[in-house]
This record gives sequence, C-alpha cells and structure tokens, in this order.
Amino acid sequence: MLSLWLNVLASGVLIGLVYGLVALGLTIIFGVMRVVNFAHGEMVVFGVYIGYWTVRIWDIPIIAAAAIAAVIMFLFGYLLEALVVKRFVNRPHHYQFIVFIGLSLLFSGVLLVSFGPDPRPTASQLSFQTVAVGPLTLDWARIQAALTAGVLIAALSAYLKYSAFGRSLRAAADNRLGGLVVGLNIPRVYAVTFGIGSACAGVAGALISPLFDAQPYLAVDFTLLAFVTVIVGGLGSFGGALLGGLTIGVAEAVAALMFTPSMKTALPYALLIIILILRPRGFFGAKEV
Amino acid sequence: MLDDALLAIDNLCVAYDGSNALNGVSLRISKGELICVVGANGAGKTSLIRSIAGIVPSSGGSVRMKGVDITRLPPWEICEMGIAQVAEGRQIFSALSVEDNLLIGGALKRARDDQMGTLEFVYQLFERLRERRRQLAGTLSGGEQQMLAIGRAIMSKPEVVMFDEPSIGLSPALTDVMFGVVKSLNDQGITVLLVEQNVAKSLALSSRGYVLENGSVVLHGSSKELLENPDIQRAYLGM
Repeated sequence: MLSLWLNVLASGVLIGLVYGLVALGLTIIFGVMRVVNFAHGEMVVFGVYIGYWTVRIWDIPIIAAAAIAAVIMFLFGYLLEALVVKRFVNRPHHYQFIVFIGLSLLFSGVLLVSFGPDPRPTASQLSFQTVAVGPLTLDWARIQAALTAGVLIAALSAYLKYSAFGRSLRAAADNRLGGLVVGLNIPRVYAVTFGIGSACAGVAGALISPLFDAQPYLAVDFTLLAFVTVIVGGLGSFGGALLGGLTIGVAEAVAALMFTPSMKTALPYALLIIILILRPRGFFGAKEV
Repeated sequence: MLDDALLAIDNLCVAYDGSNALNGVSLRISKGELICVVGANGAGKTSLIRSIAGIVPSSGGSVRMKGVDITRLPPWEICEMGIAQVAEGRQIFSALSVEDNLLIGGALKRARDDQMGTLEFVYQLFERLRERRRQLAGTLSGGEQQMLAIGRAIMSKPEVVMFDEPSIGLSPALTDVMFGVVKSLNDQGITVLLVEQNVAKSLALSSRGYVLENGSVVLHGSSKELLENPDIQRAYLGM
C-alpha cells in the first residue's frame, strides 16, 4: 500500500513539473504584457500533435520532438503577437478576452479539420517503458518529460535573471512607460515574450505526447489547468507557477487514488477554491496585479 | 532653411481624445545650451516631452534632430538619436536592482560598447547609487530614485537630456542638489531641456526660457529678461 502511494505521489510530482512549464508560459505572457492568453491550451495541443507526428514519422527521441516543438511554437507565438495580439495589447480587457477566445476557437477548429476529433494514441515504445527506482516503478516517458521540463524551467529562470534580454523583459513587465522612456523596443520584447510563452506550452505538449492521446478537445482542459496552476501559485510569479504545477499534479494523482479516477479533474478546482479563500493572491502572488 | 539648432521643434501639436494638449509649440535648442520650459500644471509640459520622445503621437508639426525629421519615429529610435529623458514620476523599474535599471538605460546601440565605463561615470556622480546597486530600485528614497532616473538617462550617452520636473516631490535642499546635477551635466557638454514648475530656480539656471500656457508658448526670451518681466513676476514668482 505504501509503495502504491509513493508511486502515485511520484508520478504526480513528475507530471506536475510539466504542468509547471505550461503555467510558466501563461504567467510569463501575463506578467510582461498583462494579457491573458485563453488560447494557451491550444498551444499545448499543437505541441502534442507536433510530438505525435514527429515521433511517428521519424521515430525520433521525445526530447528531439520537444526541441522541434519549441522552435515551431516560438515562431508561431512570435508571429501571432506581431500580427494579431499586438493590436489589442493596449485595448480594454474585454476586447482582449474576445480576441483570445476567438483565437482559441479558431485553433481548435484548425486542429479538428486537420486531424479529426478522434484521439490518436502515440503508442510508441516509449509509452510502455518503465523504470524501477527503489520501491517506485515509473513511466520512462514521464521521467523524461519531468526532467526536461525541470531543466527548462531552471534555464528560463536563469536566462531571465542574468541575460541582457531577460533584463529588458523584466523591465518591460515592471514599467511599460519606463521602458519606452529608456528606449526599449517594447513591441519586440512583447513578440519574443509571446514566443517564449508559446514555446513553453508547445514543449510541454510534445513532452506529454507519449502519455496523452493527441486530441483537439484536450485544449480546454489544458487552458483551465494552466489557469488553475497559475492562480494557485500566484499570477506573474515563476516560483508560483512551478509550485502550482506540483500541487495540481499531486492533487490529481491523489484524487484519482483516494476517490475515483473521475475525481482527478475535480480536485484541483476544489483546491483552487480553498487556496483562494486562504491566500487570495496564491502562494507567491504579487501585491499588485 | 538656415537652421543650426540641435533640436528644432516646429508647430508641434498633441491632441488627446479631441482636446488639444499642445497647440503648435515651436522651440529651438542649440548644442550645449541649457534651456527651460516653464508653466503651471496642465500647461502641456509633459505632453511636449513625450511627443518629442515619440511616446505620445503628435497630431501636427515636426521635430528635427540635427536636421533629421524624427517626428514619426518610434521612441527607441529617437533614443538612439541621442535624446534621453528623465521622465515625470521617474518611471524607474521598481522590481529591478539599481544596477539593472542603469544597465537597461545603457542597452541602446549607441551606448552598448562603453556600458561599463558609463556605469562607472554614473557611480562617480552618484556614490549613493553605487552603495545601493544591488538593492531593488523601489526601495530607494525619492531623491535616490530621482538620481537613478538621471543616471539611467546618462547611461544612454545622450546628446540631449529632457528633464520633466526633476524637483517634484523633493525637499528644497534636495531640489538644489538636483538642479546642481543638471547644471554640472550641462557643463560637461550635454544639452539640456529642463521642464519645470519651479520657475525662479529654472530661470536662474538656464540661459533661455519658454513660458507654456494652455499648450502654447506665450513668451520666450533670455532667462534674464523673463525674470525681469512683470507678468512673469506676478504670475509665477509671487511678486
């Protein structure tokens, strides 16, 4: 029994790291641009399909598929910002909501038309490999996904903290007018930010493609999941996104074990409500949103 | 057109939602000058600076730097031309360290190569900033934040610095320090456009002045003349 619990907790932590990466993508876009990307789940699903097709066609390792997803989704996010989102950044929130919900519907439609509504299991060899670590038996795919996500979260944090571009990004997030005053190229910072956020979602999608069947309707779940994660952790906070991801990952796993698997999706929301009552700004919420 | 001005502003207009903030302002600044634009709250001082900087779009008129029309350029390209500003409300990055604030000021192409040298120059000018370089900018006092805003502008190696009310919110003693800094920067060859409500002190510092009222220049001349003008004395100097 104990080893069952340990297994469940461990797999919750592993998937939680991936959720953390998804949430990081959402939170970085919100933190810098103050826009809420309701199409974030679709970005994850694009990543799932990229993982599905690249592994199927070329039989490449999942890490390579994730790298391809990162490049494609960065460019996609960059262009989407520069062509569409840009025009709505300074508009009132309700304009932005409509734009992003519209984009979300558009992307879902494109996925449906391209790949059909039926789930496509990746079912590569990787999906069935397990690794025994002491009393734990873990999916090799899950471990790879978690390690990659963890490394990416750490690398991205370090990049934002120490690189010149990261400094510009933090400055733009802190004070947009101040950025214009010192001559930051705000539109470029925004486009790159949106690219990074989309790449986080895409990579996370590719990483979990061996674990989830590729299916357009996953998008709604992932958008909601990203929101819950980000709100639990505190909007705009990096550490919060990670902690939120881990919390949700473990909560899902525990709920499935303690109650029934169908409770898996419900418990995170219950958790969300409890945390919002206790800490209205999430674990690491900024004072000002 | 005969024009050796470093910065030439002609008939500049700014409108927000149909109401005019600036109605055709013209002014000239030659290289090395320190001039001031004075006026009450709402006279259009900040609109003037922001439209020169390209942050607020102008609805008419032109801004030329060394003869090049920069009226429609985006703010970052105007900064690259060598026009920096110490903005109203300072607009520092409060969640970033003091040094990060300065380095962002020095991230422009024109300043990048000598970033560390300029940083050292700023630290020599404001030892206080060196002491607090690892501290978050938001934790600085008002005067220190103003120093940071000035330091950040200097980091871009500007030819012209526009100061938007550097004395606002500061004690009289700190105001004198700030004006002293403005003067010493000008002595080192930086052209200064000082926009202020503190009419007496700005005119005392500058060689020429413009008086802005309701978005128009109502008077301009040498600072000495303006200080002796009875209308100015009555309206702004409380005499």
